[in-house]
Amino acid sequence: MKKNRFLVVGLLASLVLLTTWFSGCKPKGGASQAVSGDAASKVYVAPGKHDEFYNIVSGGFNGQMGIYGLPSGRLFRIVPVFSTFPENGYGYSEESKAMLNTSHGFVPWDDLHHIALSVTKGEHDGRWAFGNANNTPRIGRVDLSTFRTTEIIEIPNSSGNHSSPFITENSEYVVAGTRFSYPLDAEGDNPDVAIDSYKENFKATASFVRADAPGKMEIAFQILLPGVNLDLSRAGKGPSKDWFFFSCYNSEQANTLLEVNASQKDKDFIVAVNWKKCEEYAKQGKGKVKKVRYAHNVLDEKTHTATSTIKTEVIVLDPRELKDIVYLIPCPKSPHGCDTDPSGEFIVGSGKLAAVIPVFSFKKIQAAIAAKTYEGEYDGIPVIKYDAALHGEVQKPGLGPLHTEFDDKGNAYTSFFVSSEIVKWSLKDLKVLDRVPTYYSIGHLCVPGGPTSKPHGKYVIAYNKITKDRYLPTGPELTQSAQLYSIDGDKMKLLLDFPTVGEPHYAEAIPASLIKDKSLKIFKIEENQHPYVTKSEKDAKVVREGNQVHVYMTSVRSHFVPDNIEGVKMGDEVYFHVTNLEQDWDVPHGFAVKGANNAEILIMPGETQTLKWTPSRVGVVAIYCTDFCSALHQEMQGYVRVSPAGSDRPLKFSTGAKKKAEDPSASIKK
Amino acid sequence: MIKYILIWFSLVFLGACGGNSEPKTQEEGNKMLEEAVKEGEKKEVHGTEVKEADIQITNPLDAKMVADGQSIYDSKCLSCHKLTDERIVGPGWKDVTKRRKPVWIMNMITNVDMMLAEDAEAQKLLEQCLVRMPNQNVTVADARSLLEFMRQNDGEK
Repeated sequence: MKKNRFLVVGLLASLVLLTTWFSGCKPKGGASQAVSGDAASKVYVAPGKHDEFYNIVSGGFNGQMGIYGLPSGRLFRIVPVFSTFPENGYGYSEESKAMLNTSHGFVPWDDLHHIALSVTKGEHDGRWAFGNANNTPRIGRVDLSTFRTTEIIEIPNSSGNHSSPFITENSEYVVAGTRFSYPLDAEGDNPDVAIDSYKENFKATASFVRADAPGKMEIAFQILLPGVNLDLSRAGKGPSKDWFFFSCYNSEQANTLLEVNASQKDKDFIVAVNWKKCEEYAKQGKGKVKKVRYAHNVLDEKTHTATSTIKTEVIVLDPRELKDIVYLIPCPKSPHGCDTDPSGEFIVGSGKLAAVIPVFSFKKIQAAIAAKTYEGEYDGIPVIKYDAALHGEVQKPGLGPLHTEFDDKGNAYTSFFVSSEIVKWSLKDLKVLDRVPTYYSIGHLCVPGGPTSKPHGKYVIAYNKITKDRYLPTGPELTQSAQLYSIDGDKMKLLLDFPTVGEPHYAEAIPASLIKDKSLKIFKIEENQHPYVTKSEKDAKVVREGNQVHVYMTSVRSHFVPDNIEGVKMGDEVYFHVTNLEQDWDVPHGFAVKGANNAEILIMPGETQTLKWTPSRVGVVAIYCTDFCSALHQEMQGYVRVSPAGSDRPLKFSTGAKKKAEDPSASIKK
Repeated sequence: MIKYILIWFSLVFLGACGGNSEPKTQEEGNKMLEEAVKEGEKKEVHGTEVKEADIQITNPLDAKMVADGQSIYDSKCLSCHKLTDERIVGPGWKDVTKRRKPVWIMNMITNVDMMLAEDAEAQKLLEQCLVRMPNQNVTVADARSLLEFMRQNDGEK
């Protein structure tokens, strides 16, 4: 400590010097003045040292999740969920294609907005990260021991799955709500009706998807709601754990020029759902079974292969008949964020166009329901009086409030898009305590553990919509960006800008200690049950089944078996089933074949992956390992000979064979 | 943490504009950086060390261990080691039990990072083969079965 104190003094002295000297050396940049001198030490993670938190960040329109370290902002991994990923063959390998199957067929690209990390008793448990597909409605599960997408479920009767995949206190359910209401007839179909019949025909739904058993996601029930736009949502916790809260806009029910027509009313709603009651009613058969079609895709850990099943039924609950499952709470001006505090008592609504942040009280909501303190009904659903539900309003917080996260000291942090800032305020007295600018136009924000019962505090991260002049320019399209602020002290302090992939929407951060020791290092070769696995070089072979040629191939540093294959003919479909025999951490092998119309594959130790290749011309084609695996990686290569269709050349394969008798066709004749 | 910022400032700022450096700080900074880097580079050592006293060598050979050893060999060793004296990626296994002690062989299988860090013979082999003997996730019991299979390969009964 003494040494540190000495260093601090020295540091301060040198900072004074440096600041003076720095300002003489280079003109002051406006934004750079926002960083205080000790910022570098707070985000510096020495070579070989680990970060304190994982930051799991949605990739927006790239359909992926980015895995970063905090406080360094270093990017470790991109996890493809709803988009194909040539880097590791996700969506290209024969094993993974089924993950992207839907009732609309193969959808190679979607839009992932929000992350929900699994929780037990309201606290992070480090098991799974869920993400939503906004466009073709789906929810995906990423296993945090492998950082792979292991399950995807499609949401029927839905469109624009935005208020998703937020999670209940013990990971019982993740939810999905329609941002784009659409016509649903009595059978649950999407009939051919006039768009301007919105008010008569269009409906919203909120779906509850069972999430706590891997491989067994199912839509437990759907709630039929008026044709509004469900926007964001949060589960209750503690006293409110049986409830879920959705924000909505467009209570005007406009179907065109929403920027004007959906901004008419003074208040829209927070939709409060008693999911425990819904669960009971669904079990009692009080819902209607609707015929639908949706895909459920599961990756089998033992066969390393995904399967897709189409399901055909869903239970729909109607709150106009089941009177005690849904209540509406008026919320000013097109609410966006809808966030519950760590105690579960407060629900914070953020009206995008509102001048205040309303904070609702769960106790008061319950009292209002008990006393029926309603101002009326909206499409058959009771609307609680605003004042009866309100705990209080944060006055003059800023412009364009979007989202709120919480720390471990009773403070809330709200992002403001229009005034481009984070505002810290106290849950106790709703007073604004501090504000910092963001560069620029913050959308979501994240405090480690911020949406849970046990926030870890320490940092708030801003995910910005505009980067403009913050980085070296790269043409019209600039990097996306996040900013890290410390929230240890009374004042928030900007520490770091870091670039992100895709467009970051919501993100969560979790202590590294909850994940890192559970990370899977290899797939055990003994447990590999892939139908085309090759567990020993002895078993490597090439088998013809009609015009399909199956290559049972092994890879190890630094050769393939087989690496010479002859007897493939034009018109054949060749399947390279490559098993990586390595059992050592961090030794993947790659596989590529010239002219393949899909991608390359990357095979982890003990895993089998398949690349399909249809030869396009006669001749000899090279194959090679694409992941630099060893000193002799450049030697890890081979050849496939493609003969004309109808050739009678038999299949032949080898590795390390010595040349035998002269083959008349072995040399090129002049 | 505090020390890194000094280093950072002395390296980045003084380096960038080149002026006004105090050699004492700079030297100290460089030393600290070296230490930090060295500390960061320390590799975790995975694997299980096998002690000489833990290995029981008996005759006749245990037939079950030989059979188990063979099946582990087929999956996890054969890609690189032939049963003859031919070297592929690693040396052939013929006479390995005559050249090496059981404790050396078993540690090479279960505890290869330590062997390559400390054992001169293991290091010599790395110079020849240029591929680190991988940790193939073999348990001590399975390594013992492999040893039995090697003994059989070398003609023991």
